[in-house]
Amino acid sequence: MNTEPALLTDTEVLMAGFGGQGTLLAGKVLAQASMELGRAVSWLPSYGPEMRGGTANVIVCIASRPIGSPLIERPRALIVMNLPSLEKFAPKVKPGGVIIVNQSLIDRDPQRDDCRVIKVPSRELAEEAGSARAANFVMLGAYIGATDTVPEDAIERAIAVEFEGDKEKFVAPSVAAFRAGVEAGRQSTH
Amino acid sequence: MSKVLMKGNEALGEAAIRAGCVHFFGYPITPQTEVPEYLVKRLPEVGGAFVQAESEVAAINMVYGAAGVGIKCMTSSSSPGISLMAEGMSYLAACELPCVVINIMRAGPGLGGILPSQSDYFQATRGHGHGDYELIVLAPASVQEAVDLMTLAFELTEKYRNPVMVCADGMIGQMMEPVEFSGKGRGEPYKENDWELTGNKGRPRRIVNSLFLAPEQLFQHNIHLKEKYDRIHRDEMRWELYGGETPYDLLVVAFGTMARICKTAIDEVRREGLRVALFRPITLNPFPTTACREAMDAMGESGRVLTVEMNMGQMVHDVRYAAAESRRVEFYGTAGGIVPSPDQVADEIRGRIARRTESHSERVRELMPDAIWMGTGLCAEAQGDGVPCAGTDGTCDTCGKALPAGGQAASRAL
Repeated sequence: MNTEPALLTDTEVLMAGFGGQGTLLAGKVLAQASMELGRAVSWLPSYGPEMRGGTANVIVCIASRPIGSPLIERPRALIVMNLPSLEKFAPKVKPGGVIIVNQSLIDRDPQRDDCRVIKVPSRELAEEAGSARAANFVMLGAYIGATDTVPEDAIERAIAVEFEGDKEKFVAPSVAAFRAGVEAGRQSTH
Repeated sequence: MSKVLMKGNEALGEAAIRAGCVHFFGYPITPQTEVPEYLVKRLPEVGGAFVQAESEVAAINMVYGAAGVGIKCMTSSSSPGISLMAEGMSYLAACELPCVVINIMRAGPGLGGILPSQSDYFQATRGHGHGDYELIVLAPASVQEAVDLMTLAFELTEKYRNPVMVCADGMIGQMMEPVEFSGKGRGEPYKENDWELTGNKGRPRRIVNSLFLAPEQLFQHNIHLKEKYDRIHRDEMRWELYGGETPYDLLVVAFGTMARICKTAIDEVRREGLRVALFRPITLNPFPTTACREAMDAMGESGRVLTVEMNMGQMVHDVRYAAAESRRVEFYGTAGGIVPSPDQVADEIRGRIARRTESHSERVRELMPDAIWMGTGLCAEAQGDGVPCAGTDGTCDTCGKALPAGGQAASRAL
């Protein structure tokens, strides 16, 4: 049995943004990567009225033992892509948690002195990396860079799995965007 | 075989394929639409057929027809759609035809909403169509269990020649979890096929029929079906007892999504030293009555029972039936697509345990300071359901204590 998972901490990540920003997909990649490391995972998307109002969010739970409730009211991490989601979810993050803010679209502070707040210009970094559409992977990268929840190569493998087949052309820009995000996350931490 | 990350609805579809299902008939409705969406791609790959019917009524009757000619088939819907299939399920059960029906429950009644709910418990275990018949109802609490129960559903429907329902909710349907499919390979067509309508050339004709105008014949048919249901109730009860290896004073009873949320809540209150266990029915019908009673009896007389559901109180009636007046069975639930959080359930558990030392009227005041009081004349202590009610003259009918100002018997405390 691989002993690596036991070294990693349990966490819950809420990713939120507009529909089309790829929050659900980035969450799936995080869940996929964690699963490949032998961890228990759940990926619970919003599919209700809030989604129809234009926002989409997903809660990814990562644990070393079977996950009880996949529904988390107070997550340890928030990756937030747009302002409505910041206003809605920032107050819910557990004290001591981490909030990754999409600086390209959000000019407001989450006002959480008890959390680590990391602001990332995701669109600009994604464009530099080759695809403006990969801003979601910049955000995921910033989270990984800031927390080391999952090893980077595991995420990169999961991106490759996600875009297997006729979507393979998305792998390179997504990985590049992810790496740019990791760098941004690291820098803001040190 | 390694694990794959899949949505509950898609995993149900894949499990059906692997169980040997070759025909699907259905109609889209949130939150189950990924089941047909997945099968419309997969069924042609295995030589099967997918039909999007013009309505749920048509879909279940297509299942009726396909099952009648011996095809391993299924349908899938969500609450309002299942209501439309009710008549067909009665016919399928009456004719003893095998099929699997998935219900990914959403909040009702009526068109209701699209969010998760468990408010079809009555419908699944009692309701749907007319007449003396039952479905076998399986309730998964995870995506992996959805897969395992889907496999079991096809085994049971073949074994008993009776429709089997896999009853999950929108959360199980929509969430992704790692799943592993057993490496057994693809399921075979039904083995026992002496009932299939395949054309009677060279053999006596067979009849699939639910119309018996002669009362004696129909009575006999009902007796025959009842014997089958008795066997199902004897042999097919399934459940899980969580935390039962150490003594407990409060038994939580919950199924499906609610059960796993309760597990997290129970883990939390156990860390505080509270002694709580969970009883989780996996078969909603047959309800595991004996096992549920045994789990209650393990507590001794003072042990309490709390049923938690995402509805206004449905399974609690089966839990009370299992308790058979031996102890109070309380209820906590939400509806409308509101899913209780583990914290809410944990608070509820703490409250129920703390309340043991309080008087009834204190509890009424605490729970419902601004409640609307109505004159139903019933008392919670008498009903034993934890809903604070009282008498019609400002005092409780049971304990005689005064109620809050202007107090009449109370409506439900929610």
